[in-house]
Amino acid sequence: MLLQVIASGVLMGFVYALVAIGLTLIWGVMDIINFAHGEFLMISMYTVFWMYTLLKFDPFVSLPVAALLIFVISYLTYKIIIKRVIDAPGLTALLATFGLSLFIRNLAQFLWSPDYRFVTTSLVADKKITMGPVIIGLPQMAAAMGSIIMTVLVFYFIQKTKTGRAIQATALDRDTAKLMGIDTEKVYAITFGISGACVGVAGALMATFFPVYPESGALYSLLAFVIVALGGFGNIKGALYGGIIIGLAEALGGFAFGTQFKYAVVFLIYLLVIQVRPKGLFGW
Amino acid sequence: MLKVKNLSVGYDNVPVVFDASFEVKEGELVSIVGSNGAGKTTILKTLSGLLKPFSGQIEFLGRRTDRMPAHEIVKCGIAHVPEGRRVFGKMTVLDNLLLGAHTLENQDEIAGRLKEVYDIFPRLKEREFQKAETLSGGEQQMLAIARGLMSKPRLLMVDEMSLGLMPILVDRVMEILKEISRQGLTVLLVEQKVQEALEMADRGYVLQTGRIVAEGTGKELLESDMVKKAYMGM
Repeated sequence: MLLQVIASGVLMGFVYALVAIGLTLIWGVMDIINFAHGEFLMISMYTVFWMYTLLKFDPFVSLPVAALLIFVISYLTYKIIIKRVIDAPGLTALLATFGLSLFIRNLAQFLWSPDYRFVTTSLVADKKITMGPVIIGLPQMAAAMGSIIMTVLVFYFIQKTKTGRAIQATALDRDTAKLMGIDTEKVYAITFGISGACVGVAGALMATFFPVYPESGALYSLLAFVIVALGGFGNIKGALYGGIIIGLAEALGGFAFGTQFKYAVVFLIYLLVIQVRPKGLFGW
Repeated sequence: MLKVKNLSVGYDNVPVVFDASFEVKEGELVSIVGSNGAGKTTILKTLSGLLKPFSGQIEFLGRRTDRMPAHEIVKCGIAHVPEGRRVFGKMTVLDNLLLGAHTLENQDEIAGRLKEVYDIFPRLKEREFQKAETLSGGEQQMLAIARGLMSKPRLLMVDEMSLGLMPILVDRVMEILKEISRQGLTVLLVEQKVQEALEMADRGYVLQTGRIVAEGTGKELLESDMVKKAYMGM
């Protein structure tokens, strides 16, 4: 039973980590906290839901569409909103993304009502994998696998490609990056886009087993904030480990004290770590 | 090659440099000297597009660059080695150099540039995969210059390379810059070390509280009473 709990905790952890990576990337590169991150997740879930309901598309077919759509939305968010406030004092950008988040959430409620909706069938729905004493739902397994793949892709992109190198340089020292001939405006827009793609993939995967409703992004973005703070702001590896820790804490906490207390355990761990390492486990 | 006319520039509407005019000709090594706070760094930042002039003109190879964004100016052929080296400490030496070649597309050309700068700075080749922050101050300065050379510039601008280096290293870096200049690259040097900078320069300008107060060949300036009195305590 314990093994079962640990396994499902770790699997969810990878998904949470992917959401958190999107958040930490923007913070790391441009020192902006994107409060609309959870709403982007919610739009991705709705994208999958509507493509499933109206067009009978399997969530795994819709996944690349959702990822691309959120990439574009996120990219445009930078171009239209963030660009104007990036050089203003920190609070301005914070309030801008906060306002955007409220707007999107209420727009979703207006357009699609606050009802809980479900994607009931998919390639992976209702299937299970049994490994000894551990039974894992295929949707969760697929979500974890998809998240791992996306995480590896993002990591590779940042570390090994020319654009990734430009992103790193811009994060470290914006003015000197400009002196290298890097168009930092473009780097910022792309970073926002990639962050959106992360949450687009995560949202599409989560829609196969979580309900879809206007508030559905809020909880996960809160968890993502905790993970980012836990792992160290701007640190991708930290977000990955933080995600797994939080996934485990949620599962084990729910197992030990009842599911109604699982987030209490999550936030308690967060509070404790922050006392000992205020910059997070992997922060510098 | 580079012509600056009546340049005024500063920060937050407070001017720091007033009505400065100077030029750098192809193949020259020009030094702008002056004490701390005279506006030397401000001038270089304006030339590379990090600051926008309040008024005046900057022309490089016949093109107006004063309204161009910084990353476009790099493409025109100006490389700026910033004050304090500003290497990307968390990245490897190689990544730093490749960033210097960001504006180049051709992989063969980049490989060729890399080989050239490794020939000039063999120490960097030894430390290729080390993080830049683990290098000594002198090595970081060399990395910063090498990174500037990677973009295949027509004009190399070096800001206060002597800062924080011990004198023997200053001499070595100056020697390297002289050699680079001898091979035909145009160099614009900005320095607080007035004597050293004027000794190696073809021509120089003296900047005092934001105004150019003297110009001439390096030798003329070194022998002028004004320079002797203000900077050499004679």
